[in-house]
Amino acid sequence: MSMWQKDIETMPREELVKLQGERLKWQVKRMYENVELFRNRMDEKGLKPEDVQGVEDLKKLPFSYKNDLRDYYPYGLFAVPMSEIRRVHASSGTTGKQIVVGYTENDLDMWADCFARMLKAVGADENSFVHVAYGLGLFTGGFGAHDGAVKIGATAIPISAGNTQRQIKTMIDFGSTVLCCTPSYALYLAEAAEEMGVLDQLKLKAGIFGAEPWTEEMRKEIERKLNIKAYDIYGLSEILGPGVSYECECQCGMHICEDNFIAEIIEPDTGEVLPEGSKGELVFTTITKEGFPVIRYRTRDICSLNYEPCKCGRTHIRMNKPQGRSDDMMIIRGVNVFPSQIEEVLLKVGNQVTPNYQIIVDRENNTDVFEINVEMSENLLADSVKAIEKIEKQITAELRSTLGIGPKVRLVNPKSIERSEGKAKRIIDRRNLVGGNK
Amino acid sequence: MRIKQLSIFVENKFGRLEQIIDDISKNGINISALSLADTTDFGILRLIVDDVDKARAILKEQGVISKISEVLAVVIEDECGGLSKALKVLGDAEISVEYMYAFVGQVSGKALMVFQTDDDEKAEKVFVENHIEMVKPSDVYRIKE
Repeated sequence: MSMWQKDIETMPREELVKLQGERLKWQVKRMYENVELFRNRMDEKGLKPEDVQGVEDLKKLPFSYKNDLRDYYPYGLFAVPMSEIRRVHASSGTTGKQIVVGYTENDLDMWADCFARMLKAVGADENSFVHVAYGLGLFTGGFGAHDGAVKIGATAIPISAGNTQRQIKTMIDFGSTVLCCTPSYALYLAEAAEEMGVLDQLKLKAGIFGAEPWTEEMRKEIERKLNIKAYDIYGLSEILGPGVSYECECQCGMHICEDNFIAEIIEPDTGEVLPEGSKGELVFTTITKEGFPVIRYRTRDICSLNYEPCKCGRTHIRMNKPQGRSDDMMIIRGVNVFPSQIEEVLLKVGNQVTPNYQIIVDRENNTDVFEINVEMSENLLADSVKAIEKIEKQITAELRSTLGIGPKVRLVNPKSIERSEGKAKRIIDRRNLVGGNK
Repeated sequence: MRIKQLSIFVENKFGRLEQIIDDISKNGINISALSLADTTDFGILRLIVDDVDKARAILKEQGVISKISEVLAVVIEDECGGLSKALKVLGDAEISVEYMYAFVGQVSGKALMVFQTDDDEKAEKVFVENHIEMVKPSDVYRIKE
């Protein structure tokens, strides 16, 4: 079995935890010195960096949250001067404002190593062609995969997202062997290739699929249609991007790169750390990252951790697929969407009155369908079709610019959105991506 | 002189229009003119009725939203070229028609026409200057005794 950094990936647990402790101490000290928000939160709890001597002290430390990134937008939480930042990425925040993260040279190198570990685990090497169909841009997905591919000496094909016909032609002509994209797009590509009658011309062996929830059924379907092995990868901009954790050849949970990240599972309401194996909210602490480090960052993803040794020989613990969220974030076409972002746009369009609305997400032909019904109200009503269509278009355009993806907006009759106990049901997600677990 | 028009938001759903018309007529309100503009998702139903405030209140009770606006209504000769004459008056004054529709008149030999233009004030002025007769509210609304 091939590994990228075997000594780290198979490090005995005792040694690994000791390493984590040392790194945590280092991180807490430098963050206390360089990140104002962290220092304030430590002071509020009466904590000093010296109070952290090892991993066991982690639970004393204050949590950090997605909204911190909004409050300190854009660079307020960076722990190094901007002269040391080599690249930034951005993601959607809970409101219209995006969130920004930054990487130093070491951070980018660490990220590439994490992705490289996964590439090796799925059988890629310097003879592989890594087809990166995640967006290459501010979105965190593409560059992580790209740098990982370069790191192991494979040939990177940074085609980025979109244009299905061209994706397929490129895969055939360039001889892509590893496909990186969202699982729903992988299925979509498979179907398009099938329709074009070129499935047998693809040279794909493995696929690395992430950025959105998917089921075991989808995995089987992708594997059958593309005749590959399909692997899950996990990441989020605030921690690293793709590569925080990844599946090995055993396909039985995602190994967390524990030399860089400490994972905890907590009770989302009380913040209490839950015993090993419990299901709860996943919390991460980045212990090597320099540019934008976080202590006890609340991912809002609900999952559990598996401490059993893996057959692959890696000693790093595994997390299972997130089975929902402790907030109301949705992932649509790989993009994070918060209802609060939608509310903000509607408030603006509705002249400070938020019209009643309902978000409907479904999956048709392996593509997410995203619709928003907005109840017509007297202050939106105009006497001409043109004026009302203008409102519809304005809502669509503003949402597209805020969210990064455009929903279909439909104006509906007042009071036509179903309400339960007087409260409108805001989200209808018919995709059932967590096997009925949500 | 303007008359009041009721514009109603109608979602494109089976039976919606019938329900609205039924609610109005059940309450003894007479519709003298109607036009429906539609898109794939919704339509705007425009009505001239004899009691616009009551109609609006009734619809509101039923959860239907509407808006009252003022439009111009003119009397034109029910003969060849009658409408052209009115349109020419607007065209000469560089006024655009946003929508228009006809309605059932009480005067024989005359047709009544509702106009919404991009400049109703100016349109009213040029109609008067060109001796085009305007419909009086009393011709349309119910006289309350």
